[in-house]
Amino acid sequence: MKKISLANLNELYSAISANYPLYLPVERAGEVNYGYYEEGAKVRLDVLKTVKSPKDCFFPQTEDLMKFKVEGQKIEIIDVREHAKPFVVMGVRACDFKAFDVLDRVFLVDPLDTYYQTKREAGIVITHACGKVEESCFCKTFGIDPVNPLGDVTVWTDSENLYWRANTEKGEALTKELGDLLVEYQGNAVEEQQAKVNEIYAKLPLASLTTESFKNGDMMELFNSDKWQKLSEACLGCGTCTFVCPTCQCFDIREFVTNSGVTRFRCWDSCMFNDFTKTAGGQPRTTQMQRYRQRFMHKLVYFPQNNEGAYSCVGCGRCVKKCPQGLNIVKVIKEFGGKQDA
Amino acid sequence: MQGLEKLMLEKANALLQSGEVDRVIGWKKGESYYDVSPATFTKDNLEGFVYNCFCGANLSKYLVAESKKEGKMLVFLKPCDTYSFNQLLSEHRIEKEKFYVVGVGCNGHLDMNKVYAQGVEGILSMSEDENNLIVETVYGQKIVEKESALLIKCLTCKSKEFAVADETLVVGEMKPANPNRFEEVEKLESMTEAERYAFWKEQLSKCIRCNACRNACPACTCINCVFDNNASGISAKANADEFEEKLFHIIRAYHVAGRCTDCGECSRVCPQNIPLHLINRKVIKDINENYGDYQAGAEVNARNPLVNYTKADVEAKEVVEGGNK
Ligand code: SF4
Ligand code: SF4
Ligand code: SF4
Ligand code: SF4
Ligand code: SF4
Repeated sequence: MKKISLANLNELYSAISANYPLYLPVERAGEVNYGYYEEGAKVRLDVLKTVKSPKDCFFPQTEDLMKFKVEGQKIEIIDVREHAKPFVVMGVRACDFKAFDVLDRVFLVDPLDTYYQTKREAGIVITHACGKVEESCFCKTFGIDPVNPLGDVTVWTDSENLYWRANTEKGEALTKELGDLLVEYQGNAVEEQQAKVNEIYAKLPLASLTTESFKNGDMMELFNSDKWQKLSEACLGCGTCTFVCPTCQCFDIREFVTNSGVTRFRCWDSCMFNDFTKTAGGQPRTTQMQRYRQRFMHKLVYFPQNNEGAYSCVGCGRCVKKCPQGLNIVKVIKEFGGKQDA
Repeated sequence: MQGLEKLMLEKANALLQSGEVDRVIGWKKGESYYDVSPATFTKDNLEGFVYNCFCGANLSKYLVAESKKEGKMLVFLKPCDTYSFNQLLSEHRIEKEKFYVVGVGCNGHLDMNKVYAQGVEGILSMSEDENNLIVETVYGQKIVEKESALLIKCLTCKSKEFAVADETLVVGEMKPANPNRFEEVEKLESMTEAERYAFWKEQLSKCIRCNACRNACPACTCINCVFDNNASGISAKANADEFEEKLFHIIRAYHVAGRCTDCGECSRVCPQNIPLHLINRKVIKDINENYGDYQAGAEVNARNPLVNYTKADVEAKEVVEGGNK
């Protein structure tokens, strides 16, 4: 393992960003979101939950797919895909890192999403183990270890140092490039912190949350449950929970039309929006209850049924913190029996 | 707050039992003290009814749907919410006969972000007294002064009057409203155009177009918003560029101009804490200055100055020149 003093972090950021675009949690206008490092950026590695998750780096909220140049009767198709330039994403928490797996299961299967794939291959991921936990965290419910995430490199931070461990070839190569900035470390600061965090996690209210009841649950029974009505009644149908979620993957494809051409782009969509399932043939989901049910059935039932039991929630707790009306997946899990007796 | 909660629960029970109302809209307990949600209740099911310092949501928007249902509903409204209620009445979005309005006294509600910002972590449980929030955490007890964690809308409360109420429940005395809620707007006005542009550009660059502001707003009651309407040609699901980041908010501000009651719900719900209320409050301030003081929702069926011509109205030319500092 290697280390660098917290006081020298700016040198580390500069050194990385000299060779790669560096994408990490930065504070802007009072809120912490992932953004590109630049001189003077207010990096906030300490924050557990950025408002938006890091999924933008592989699956941005809006992304051009192609352009059409129109001249009279002639239409020229322009490929706008950027070709794999390596970049570094730093500070990814264990839950958000696991969310990349969920996205991979969607975008890296047939038919392959080459836009996503290109970025995924170019990305060097530095995860950041949690040195604290919040009461809205429930990653362990999904078998995620918050104090020992993987990725190309894992870092831990305490009040003095950042500890650095390369996990893959890409990670080793990056470590080598940083040379003397990182020095050897052999103490047990990391192990001590891990033990402390695990101890605190166990005391928090969501530590005993379990999704067992969804494993053996009957899909149609869950779908037809009358509990959804009450659970969803305050839902505004905004997209907050889906847009802050690291695993939500739905998008729409739209076109921006000007006189000389057309830009076809995709942008995140939300199953909570009232036009989400609208098609030429009609609208199968006409109530907010149905939309609400979709979001949680997808995370807890449909996705696992199609993916060897893997849930598409990683317990990051963003929807718990951000829903303006206090609705969230934890309430859904508990309503369907997901709490172990203490 | 417990005193008030008890009175509200008694009131709800009494009105449901007597048959005066069929349903109640209020708040329901969640996973923790601060995790409360708007909810409806019926006679045999008042379980989980709660009222505490985190019940800041404005319930008025829900009434648009509730008004279409059979029967009568008891609704608990804070002073600010009563203005939204009247505005919805004026716009024929709800019918008064469908609701029994109980005004509840208010000394402000809290913003959990401001509690977290004071270093409160690992929360196990909470309680409150008149002035403080008492938080038990894995690291021990923390006391948070309520004054230090008020929602923005409560810091700039416009009035403690109930614009409408069949009856009121007030425990103790309500602290007065903020006499200078335009202070922040004045700060923006005193900036140069470039500074002001930079301020909004930075704030709005955070917008994720979740539409929470629009969907929570009691003035945004269009059945199909122009931004959701494919046939409109401007339907947009994302801020594809910097222009669109601003477009959505400017259109929304103009659409609610003269109808916005300054309830502050838009800023409360924004996941990125964008101070949206300042856009709308600037419009309110301009209306006051150019057309005489006007408070949307203070009276039912009042004439919104923007659709009411009087000879004293300011000339458009003066407004434009006056605004170009
Ligand atoms: S659950 Fe909450 S965040 Fe999600 S759409 Fe409904 S109101 Fe918005
Ligand atoms: S559903 Fe909620 S807790 Fe689960 S991954 Fe999405 S935002 Fe996080
Ligand atoms: S959910 Fe787990 S991994 Fe995610 S921030 Fe919380 S403790 Fe860390
Ligand atoms: S614009 Fe904001 S302050 Fe005005 S009525 Fe709508 S939610 Fe309330
Ligand atoms: S609530 Fe905030 S982030 Fe969401 S659309 Fe409105 S301004 Fe944008």
